[in-house]
Amino acid sequence: MAANSDFLLQFQEFDSSESHLGGIGDATTISIEDTAAGSHNPQKQRRSAPVTSFEEDNDPLANDDKTELLSGQKKSAPFWTFEYYQRFFDVETHQVRRRILGSLLPWPGKNFVHLYIHNNPDLYGPFWICATLVFVIAICGNISDFLVFLGEPQYKYVPEFRKVTIAATAIYSYAWLVPLALWGLLVWRNSKVMNVVSYSFLEIVCVYGYSLAVYIPAVVLWIIPYEAVRWLSIVVALCLSGSVLVLTFWPAVRDDQPRVAIAIMTAVVALHVLLAFGCKAYFFSTLEVKHTAVDAVAGHGTKSPPTTKIQ
Amino acid sequence: LSSYLTLRYYVCLAKLALHHFADLSDVSISGDIPVQGEINVPVGTPSQDKEYSTLDEPVKDTILRDLKAVGKKFVHVMYPKKSSALLRDWDLWGPLLLCVTLALMLQGGSVDRKDDGGPQFAEVFVIIWFGSVIITLNSKLLGGTISFFQSLCVLGYCIMPLTVAMVVCRLVLLGGSWGFSFIVRLIVVTASFSWSTFASTAFLADSQPPNRKALVVYPVFLFYFVIGWMILTFSPSA
Repeated sequence: MAANSDFLLQFQEFDSSESHLGGIGDATTISIEDTAAGSHNPQKQRRSAPVTSFEEDNDPLANDDKTELLSGQKKSAPFWTFEYYQRFFDVETHQVRRRILGSLLPWPGKNFVHLYIHNNPDLYGPFWICATLVFVIAICGNISDFLVFLGEPQYKYVPEFRKVTIAATAIYSYAWLVPLALWGLLVWRNSKVMNVVSYSFLEIVCVYGYSLAVYIPAVVLWIIPYEAVRWLSIVVALCLSGSVLVLTFWPAVRDDQPRVAIAIMTAVVALHVLLAFGCKAYFFSTLEVKHTAVDAVAGHGTKSPPTTKIQ
Repeated sequence: LSSYLTLRYYVCLAKLALHHFADLSDVSISGDIPVQGEINVPVGTPSQDKEYSTLDEPVKDTILRDLKAVGKKFVHVMYPKKSSALLRDWDLWGPLLLCVTLALMLQGGSVDRKDDGGPQFAEVFVIIWFGSVIITLNSKLLGGTISFFQSLCVLGYCIMPLTVAMVVCRLVLLGGSWGFSFIVRLIVVTASFSWSTFASTAFLADSQPPNRKALVVYPVFLFYFVIGWMILTFSPSA
């Protein structure tokens, strides 16, 4: 009996250490069974009865753990059902508002993902912020063209709906493909260097989507046809949204080699800058374009309408 | 006949219950308890026959009935009260009619420009239907209790104020493009787009959980704003 109690004590210790490392009640019981069978093989016939009784004793506890874990975690429905996607929209109005405000006002030391997302990434914010940005860029670009060419006799106002498609392609591919590439890159670096902080794909999509929110008021300001106002607003918007991205991703790459970390952060910031300046240049014409167009018409005497191209 | 059978069933149940209680309380009751009487239950068979015989009615009646249903829904949109008639008997005739009218009226602008012009017929169609589907999916993913086609029906019918605004704009554009006519068009389009948003939220907002109403209303606002923008920027050919 003493040997039995010793064995039971051993069994318990092994069980508790396994549960610390394992994390899922199911897997823990399986591994204990295997190691118990392996290590106590010569004593198996004698120990089989207490082993099974302990197993039966352990099983209800394991089941309780499992049900507890399942109720705490989100239920994982198969990906072809509607319920699978419903858990990405599990946000409320005040949460979305807090996340948008948090992306507008970054603060050093405050990680956007840890502070606002709390393991509840949503797809509502990224999707509708991108949709709003697409339409705002198209509409404001149209208005700014109209204001720039106001008073020109040759200019005939047209709503340019082709540009909505182009804007949509640019914004959505930036907000969804760049996070995919960045997530793949981070996973690859994680396999080489053990990082303390790692993000899931949806959290990265969330950060990128919410960081684009600051561009919406900036784009509205670009209607004003004065270059000083436009440059000021683009610089402010770039600083705010760029710092959100930098503050989020720096903890994930700083444990890496310094050159790789700097390269990743530079790429993130460079793509962001490229998006901002590209949108401004393509959709918003400037007064210089107007002057060159007017000169061209006056010089050559042709009746071709002024085209709004990249400056 | 079915009511008579139901009555017989309840009588048998009553007999069983009485037997049971008899056993429990030690009171002896003789076996069968006969029930006598007449049952006159108005059974709805004549109206059922009427519904099944819609195949025999003249085509005019069928079309008029559908048109009346569509017309009643238009009236509901004009005076948005929280009634469930629009939701219960959904149909997509009205939205189709409105969408085609709007897309046709948005044609005929800037025909001298082949590119960078106004929206093509197919583009308007796609924007309206694709936008409605996306908004419906969004409201369902956020936990709304409204069904897919009911939501499409509501969003489609609430385009009606914007179609009316389009008609008004085209009439106003006959008198010139800029200045006073632009102010009038701006006011008309703004009023009708807010009316559309208000009317559709009056129907849709009830089906949402209370702390997510704003999340559902915002895409509807964006949708009607974009359609209003398309109407406002319509410029006819010279």
